[in-house]
Amino acid sequence: MTDRDLHLGVALAPAGHHPAAWRLTEDRTRLWNPGTYAAQAKTAAAARLDFIAVDDSFAPPSGLVRETQGTLDAVAISARVAPVAAGIGLLPTVTTTHTEPFHTSKAIATLDYVSSGRAGWEAKVSDTAAEADHFGRKAVAEPEELYAEAEDAVEVVARLWDSWEDDAVIRDLPTGRYIDRGRLHYIDFEGPHFSVKGPSITPRPPQGQPLVAVRADADAALGLAARRADIVRIAPGNPDAAHTRRAAVRRAVADAGRDPDRVAVLADLVVHLADTDAEARKGLEGLDRAAGRPWRPNAALFAGTPEALADLIGRWHRDGAADGFTILPAALPSDLDAFANRTVPILRESAGFRREYPGATLRDTFGLDRPANRYAGTVTR
Amino acid sequence: MTESFQNAQSSDRTRPRKQIHLGAHFPGVNNTTVWSDPDSGSQIEFSSFVHLAQTAERGLFDFFFLAEGLRLREHRGRIHDLDVVGRPDTFTVLNALAAVTDRLGLAGTVNTTFNEPYELARQFASLDHLSGGRAAWNAVTSPDAFTGENFRRGGYLERERRYERAAEIIAVARLLWDAWAPDAVEADPATGRFLREGAVEAFAYLGAQFDVSGTFNVPRSPQGHPVIFQAGDSDQGREFGASHADVIFSRHTEHADAKAFYADVKDRLGRHGREERDLLIMPGVSFVLGDTEAEARENAEEVRRKQVGPQTAIAFLEQVWGQDLSHLDPDGPVPEFDPETADVHITRGRVRHQQDQSSIAQRWKAIADAKELSIRELVIETTARLQLVGTPASVAAQIDDYVQGDAVDGFILVPHLTPGGLDRFVDEVVPILQERGSFRTEYTGTTLRDHLGLAPAPTKRGTPQ
Ligand SMILES: Cc1cc2nc3c(=O)[nH]c(=O)nc-3n(C[C@H](O)[C@H](O)[C@H](O)COP(=O)(O)O)c2cc1C
Repeated sequence: MTDRDLHLGVALAPAGHHPAAWRLTEDRTRLWNPGTYAAQAKTAAAARLDFIAVDDSFAPPSGLVRETQGTLDAVAISARVAPVAAGIGLLPTVTTTHTEPFHTSKAIATLDYVSSGRAGWEAKVSDTAAEADHFGRKAVAEPEELYAEAEDAVEVVARLWDSWEDDAVIRDLPTGRYIDRGRLHYIDFEGPHFSVKGPSITPRPPQGQPLVAVRADADAALGLAARRADIVRIAPGNPDAAHTRRAAVRRAVADAGRDPDRVAVLADLVVHLADTDAEARKGLEGLDRAAGRPWRPNAALFAGTPEALADLIGRWHRDGAADGFTILPAALPSDLDAFANRTVPILRESAGFRREYPGATLRDTFGLDRPANRYAGTVTR
Repeated sequence: MTESFQNAQSSDRTRPRKQIHLGAHFPGVNNTTVWSDPDSGSQIEFSSFVHLAQTAERGLFDFFFLAEGLRLREHRGRIHDLDVVGRPDTFTVLNALAAVTDRLGLAGTVNTTFNEPYELARQFASLDHLSGGRAAWNAVTSPDAFTGENFRRGGYLERERRYERAAEIIAVARLLWDAWAPDAVEADPATGRFLREGAVEAFAYLGAQFDVSGTFNVPRSPQGHPVIFQAGDSDQGREFGASHADVIFSRHTEHADAKAFYADVKDRLGRHGREERDLLIMPGVSFVLGDTEAEARENAEEVRRKQVGPQTAIAFLEQVWGQDLSHLDPDGPVPEFDPETADVHITRGRVRHQQDQSSIAQRWKAIADAKELSIRELVIETTARLQLVGTPASVAAQIDDYVQGDAVDGFILVPHLTPGGLDRFVDEVVPILQERGSFRTEYTGTTLRDHLGLAPAPTKRGTPQ
């Protein structure tokens, strides 16, 4: 198991994932200024991390006035950092419940263009009434239905990416044709939630198919993850739970007829780093006091030294608890800086983490080939 | 073509010179864009967008502009293959451009029918944050069922209601952009509060088109409200522009027509409690430069021949005649027979401004007869968009005369080459406009509202109705 590549991503956030992290940032009132995200992305890219995850939802702010509030659109943040952070993958979250699959497909395809092949997306369902009320079009549905709709949305997005063959632009002077329309395809998707005709307005993206990530903590999500995900995110509380969940995901992937070794299962890990364990714990307690409540993130929480974190990551990876991690820094940029500058170098020695990106695309980073086009050779109409 | 520009009147000398506003339109997916030229680059690679945007910024333009169409055009039931095809997602490319430009406004066309207000308001507020206050929304309304086939609700909106929906979507967006008070983020370690108590207001909107409620999750953006553009031309469209927009992207470029449009729309402002300076009129215009007037005219003819190739000439004729004319010789005579009136929608997915096909056909036949034109020559003659043609000095003079003569407030320039089509304009025309004292020599503000001379967005607008 030890020859598996270690994958490490980082989830960006304006001030950090701890709700009171704003207390530790310098430019507190201007958290949404583009420099904030760009600086984080550059640090992550310089450390050759696999990807930046940008979590997102249409949920209202919590209303807790002591906690950081306000979020920008995840695809927008990803696009804004793409030109300034070279090599790193970009994984924004987009909901399949409210956003039009046609828009999602061209947005991620365009993210792939502006990053020269480093795009992916996390397909996520919106399961709250508050989000549904923001749209006012439908009531919140049961998980089974939400995931069935999500699967249709992922299918439509993928078909639209293939709706242009790679060589569709011909610029043929004698016949005056810019494209060979035989290499453009209607996708003619019809499902209970939507029908989409196609083709996309955006040509096939550089990677052919950008990556798809799915969070699979809920059992209702397992089918979607098994059938569609290149990256599966889980949020286990400890290594045993991670081990169990990763095994379940891999079984489901195999049952779906896919190769489990081509699906990376990454554990979320919240980190707060300091020179000593005591200092790190004290830091967290300070943040909890500032928030006025103890923070219990929905993932394993590590507070300690960068060296001990490298040890933990190496151990989980070696033991098959995870193929890697999505790091959620409790405070930004400090925890990301410490992770990139102190933990990652150790992992290069101890766990074989990469020194350079293996190729230009996110698929390369995950060892995935560029897929053939499902419509190649088929006749339009 | 150029004559009408030369008719432009110089302005009243006592008034200070009006400042010209300029936008850079990314070449579109119609036959204005010449792809057969060896210098024609990719329509989709990011490097093309970067080149045009950075050229525009070097020329101190007000903004970069991106059009949109949510379904590929079809002609006679098949995807139209003679023009450039393929475009990016508006928001994604503009956010990426924000990373490689500093002051340039970033204007994106986004349809009001196939989007929902919470999501759109959030996307524009995000672009405004991530660009430091440079976002603009060209709100277009096409509701056609053909485009609807790519979306959840299909073709659900009647044409008569397109502006009702557009007005409501903007009303909701403004409600959301105002939901966070400008000083909502207190972030004061002394009080321990990130948000000022009560500084984020919940919203509820009920109208014919929307029933939405909740709380916006994006802090107020640098411009407060991104700049709103409008491009519809019907009476309803003009009224919508006069009541809601900061800029109208018009297609009225012939001088008398431009002046009439300008006067018509600016006249409407008073009824909406607005002043002349609250709304800018900026037509889209193409341009061709030459070292001499004669060379510029030759270059323009060359561009026109590339824009209307033999197959494109037939396709235009088929649009008017409403039938398959692929058997005709483009260099031969215009058909004697009358158009098919039944199938006037032979081309779909493109904005139509004229409806009566048979009278157009009559006119075209008359022109061809009078001037003894072949099909291709006729199409070159009749589909010509007004262009600025001349030496850099004469083009600068034409632009300035239009602006000083209150025919326009500026132009959105539409180059016919991707991505280098604006280079020469910036290098040679902009300096002359500056010498004339009509165009900025540096950016004096940071936001697009600053560049356009618009007042800051009010912090609270009541809900219309
Ligand atoms: C100069 C100009 C540019 C336009 N560009 C677009 C565009 O990029 N995308 C689009 O969907 N509609 C575009 N339109 C169409 C409209 O904005 C408008 O929604 C449509 O014409 C229907 O409104 P109307 O009947 O008032 O003209 C454009 C219109 C004009 C006049």
